[in-house]
Amino acid sequence: MELLAPEPVSAGHIYAVTGAILTALGFYAFIVRRHALRQLLAVNVVGAGVFLILGGLGRGPDAIDPMPQALVITGIVVAVALTAFGAAMIVRLAEAPRSPDQGKAGKPDA
Amino acid sequence: MNLLGLLVAVPLGFMVAALLLRGSGRWLILAAAPVMAGLALWLALLPPGTTLLVGNWDLPLGILLRADGVARLMVLAGALVIGAIGLHALVDPPGGNDGGAATAETFWPLLYLMWAGANAGFLTTDLFNLYVTLEMVSLAAVALAAMGSLAAALRYFMIAMLGSLAYLLGVALLVANYNTVDVTLLAQVARLDLATVMALGLMTAGLLIKAALFPMHGWLPPAHAAAPAPASALLSAIAVKLGFVILLRLWFEAFPAITGSAALHVLGGLGAAAVIYGSIQAMRQDRLKPLVAYSTVAQVGYLFLAFPLVAGAVEPSSAWAGMTLHGVAHMLAKAAMFLAAGLMLKAAAGDRIADLGGLAQAMPLTVTAFGLAAVSLMGLPPSGGFTAKFLLLSAAIEQGAFLYAGVLVVGGLLAAVYLFRALSACFAPLAGAGPDTASRGPVTGGVKAVAPLALAGLAIVMGFAGTALVDVSAIEVPWATPTVIQPEVAP
Repeated sequence: MELLAPEPVSAGHIYAVTGAILTALGFYAFIVRRHALRQLLAVNVVGAGVFLILGGLGRGPDAIDPMPQALVITGIVVAVALTAFGAAMIVRLAEAPRSPDQGKAGKPDA
Repeated sequence: MNLLGLLVAVPLGFMVAALLLRGSGRWLILAAAPVMAGLALWLALLPPGTTLLVGNWDLPLGILLRADGVARLMVLAGALVIGAIGLHALVDPPGGNDGGAATAETFWPLLYLMWAGANAGFLTTDLFNLYVTLEMVSLAAVALAAMGSLAAALRYFMIAMLGSLAYLLGVALLVANYNTVDVTLLAQVARLDLATVMALGLMTAGLLIKAALFPMHGWLPPAHAAAPAPASALLSAIAVKLGFVILLRLWFEAFPAITGSAALHVLGGLGAAAVIYGSIQAMRQDRLKPLVAYSTVAQVGYLFLAFPLVAGAVEPSSAWAGMTLHGVAHMLAKAAMFLAAGLMLKAAAGDRIADLGGLAQAMPLTVTAFGLAAVSLMGLPPSGGFTAKFLLLSAAIEQGAFLYAGVLVVGGLLAAVYLFRALSACFAPLAGAGPDTASRGPVTGGVKAVAPLALAGLAIVMGFAGTALVDVSAIEVPWATPTVIQPEVAP
């Protein structure tokens, strides 16, 4: 309830609302898309949205609070590292010789 | 840097050393296992409540490491389990099987990364730092799963990343609302409002994915079943537990005043469903490793089934101990079972349960380890699993929560059904089509069976150390005083 208190809309709120929209879009794409690369991109859109929310809502009324900024930077570093890792796995999987378990990831392979 | 810092820094140091030494890095475990066991034992002997402010930054900004009951118990059990798994991997190297995605060399840095991440996660009270440790452990877990099946690992990676971001979104809402992410500070200022409820919901959903609670367990069986045995043991014993411990921090330390009994019963209900569903799925498997993996789904259910029992107890310390001891007993028993299963499958003709015939004669020590681990998982006395289930069962009966009590009993029976099926297959006479017994001779070499046997033995011995462990696991938190649970207030 407090979140929606009738204060004037600040720049922080615009960032946060944009972030919420991005998060929803990314989540939708994650559910709808089946290809691993698209899912990775979708997760990154969600990540961008979350960072915008974190930075936008963390802005104080006048001064900029350094803590959310520090959290966002750490979060971006983690996200970049994981995206590189995920992309590397997707490349590996694409290069791997066609094995029976490919295309049906739901089944544990023997 | 004091002991708490060392518990995180030392495994990271070993990780870097293992990366630099490449092939010969595997010998590092001979130093790492005793050093980490010593540090963890030291931690367990420290007075509860020992803390470290990393870098001496004060609290709203700094990161607090704290040795409370859960942290001491989990770090100690983790050190024993990871150390034993590492020593086992030294004598039985985890080669990547069909995927060919990774070699035994990559196993070691991942083991140390998971060790550091898990220790940091068990010790820290900073929710954002917990996000980082979650990612450390997930990264190691996905890479370990990729040693078996890339496809299963990629699926695990995607769902785990979504879970992390849900958790991070919750952290963002808490930062905006309270301007702090420290559990101990949040406990003092937490109030019931929309943002907090949303944050708690998002974080819980993300963590339930990581902890693989039904119905978010889908990624677990393929990933855990396909990985090489030491990797499976790490995944089931350690990776899944971190999500659970963070949920404990959130639900019982930071927001005990907000979590209504309805929400607690949702978690408890999911846990009960996980026990039944995981057990039935385990019964339906005809291959050994998926059976053990589905057993993890069922055993995770008990951890969450305990949530409403702890919150509803007049004297919560025994239910609390039951919950945490169950986590530790599962760590020991499941690691032992995966290691034993790996050895058994290497000796057997195939990966089906029916192929296990004759193994009881060929490798009695390994089958004994599997059997002892099964005793603890079923909750037969005397074992750690029995002590934990007994504490939970008596809490459930005391509160008149007969549904949970029934699930506890039925879950034990179902576990007996699927685990005895695997065990009895080992005692069956050798199938005619199997390889001749001579080819199984070398596998009986005792050294390989030592680690699973030691872990399973510890799971049994826990049954005799009951009250001492109850004392170690005890923590001081607001809910320890009665009448904390408030009725859910409609927002």
